[in-house]
Amino acid sequence: MTKARKGPNRLWSIIMTVVCVLWMYPIFMVLMNSLKVESAISTSTAFQLPTAETFAGLANYENAISTQGFLQSLFYTVVITVTSVFAILVFCSMFAWYITRVNTWVTKVLYLLCAFSMVVPFQMVMFTLASLADTLDLNTPWVLWVVYLGFGAGLAVFMFCGFMRSVPLEIEEAAMIDGCNPVQTYFKIVFPLLRPTMVSVAILEAMWIWNDYLLPTLILDVNKYKTISMLIQLFRGSFGRVEMGPMMACIMLAILPIIVIYLLGQKHIIKGVLSGAVKG
Amino acid sequence: MEKAIKKWWPLFVLPTLLAFIIGFIIPFVEGVYLAFCQFTTVRDATFTGLGNFARALSDSTFTHAFWYNCAFVVVSTLTINIGGLAVALILTKAIRGTNAFRTVFFMPNLIGGIVLGYIWQILLNCALALLEQPLLKLDATAGFWGLVILMAWQQIGYMMIIYIAGLQSIPETLLEAAEIDGATPWQSFWKVKLPNLMPSITICLFLTITNSFKLFDQNMALTAGDPAHQSELLAYNIYYTFYGRSGPQWRGIGQAKAVIFCLIVVAISLIQLRATRKKEVQQ
Repeated sequence: MTKARKGPNRLWSIIMTVVCVLWMYPIFMVLMNSLKVESAISTSTAFQLPTAETFAGLANYENAISTQGFLQSLFYTVVITVTSVFAILVFCSMFAWYITRVNTWVTKVLYLLCAFSMVVPFQMVMFTLASLADTLDLNTPWVLWVVYLGFGAGLAVFMFCGFMRSVPLEIEEAAMIDGCNPVQTYFKIVFPLLRPTMVSVAILEAMWIWNDYLLPTLILDVNKYKTISMLIQLFRGSFGRVEMGPMMACIMLAILPIIVIYLLGQKHIIKGVLSGAVKG
Repeated sequence: MEKAIKKWWPLFVLPTLLAFIIGFIIPFVEGVYLAFCQFTTVRDATFTGLGNFARALSDSTFTHAFWYNCAFVVVSTLTINIGGLAVALILTKAIRGTNAFRTVFFMPNLIGGIVLGYIWQILLNCALALLEQPLLKLDATAGFWGLVILMAWQQIGYMMIIYIAGLQSIPETLLEAAEIDGATPWQSFWKVKLPNLMPSITICLFLTITNSFKLFDQNMALTAGDPAHQSELLAYNIYYTFYGRSGPQWRGIGQAKAVIFCLIVVAISLIQLRATRKKEVQQ
């Protein structure tokens, strides 16, 4: 690895460039077709670039935004993701600090339960969770974070606990001796130390919640609130002919924010995913 | 210090605990109980014993989904891990543009399952139509390979990241020593890199196995089980039992299937835990 041999390495560069172009092709194809007029999107022409006659400009995007309610879905998805991630970061980190610093059988059981909840597939609880959320009026985007906090707590608590075990107790003890109460100690000393783990947890949970389909579908009222995933599923799930143009525009609009955020925070995202994988 | 913290438990523990009880504990316990009942809503349940389990196991779509899912787990685990490791090996060579390649390979992993499913449904159906083959929804074999391709596209980048981290943690001196001793690149891969990668391989294998077992969104978006339940994975089969069938008995059967499904996933995870623990001891 240290001795870079020019010849074969340049060959690998070229091969990987080709592979990467192919790797991006599915997204490119959707982009290409989202710019065509409806009549031109058929199986025989799907792989062709739009021509002067078939080019629709941004008409499909306008359609997706104005008549299909894309912006509304985007708004709900943002609300749900931001509130849930915020709640998870604040409450789960506090919870994790308590159960790592207080050693009783209760905290041990809580830790095991959290780890267990990470493993359980959603289908196991989907029906009962949906009806419970209904009874408790948790079926709007504004309070859906309670459900996500509950069902997403496992991973967050698990990751926070892993980190907190490595924080030396002496720092906290020193703060307490200097007169901090536990709340001050937590928010002034521990909370800032947690930042790197917070970023990782935030990324993992945000990726899950943003893309989640089944949980919001079962809990929210589809006629009133649709997340982006629900909107795209409805395009296909509804009866009658599917309008391919606006659907592809919707797919592009759904991917776009993800790509932008990814390119901006790539380093953190990859690190976050990696630490989640190694610990989980 | 412990005592001082203990006093504050309502602040630290209660918010998460309440949400956890609502979001997990009650639904889970209720779910286990309902698996032994006949019900259409949570309140009208009547206890029926093990009948649901017997009927779940004799439901041919469920057993078919189980074997279909097993086949899918094997094939997709192999393709994703071989693909991910191959890409990681190439990208840890000193070649130009490594970071750009890494960015591209990882990106599909961020796209949600539903969106991913439709992107590939459009692409694959167009390709199949051009080749004059039956479409995804009409051919379970095409649906199977479509799902394998889709998951490879989504997951190879993820596994690549883990494998790259593993490869980079192998001490340079080991590889140099192998080279000085006259090892060919092929030998140094099998004899030096691969044994040192075992922890990463274990993680990746279990991640792909559990992911493929729990897969739902992609399955629903790509084929929705068509034709005639032939391309259903377990999670989708359970979902369909709940929400796609009419008749008072189906919800109980669905819940029983969910319990069986849950047991399978938990068993796999326990095996994983033991396997990773063992690896840690060896090192």
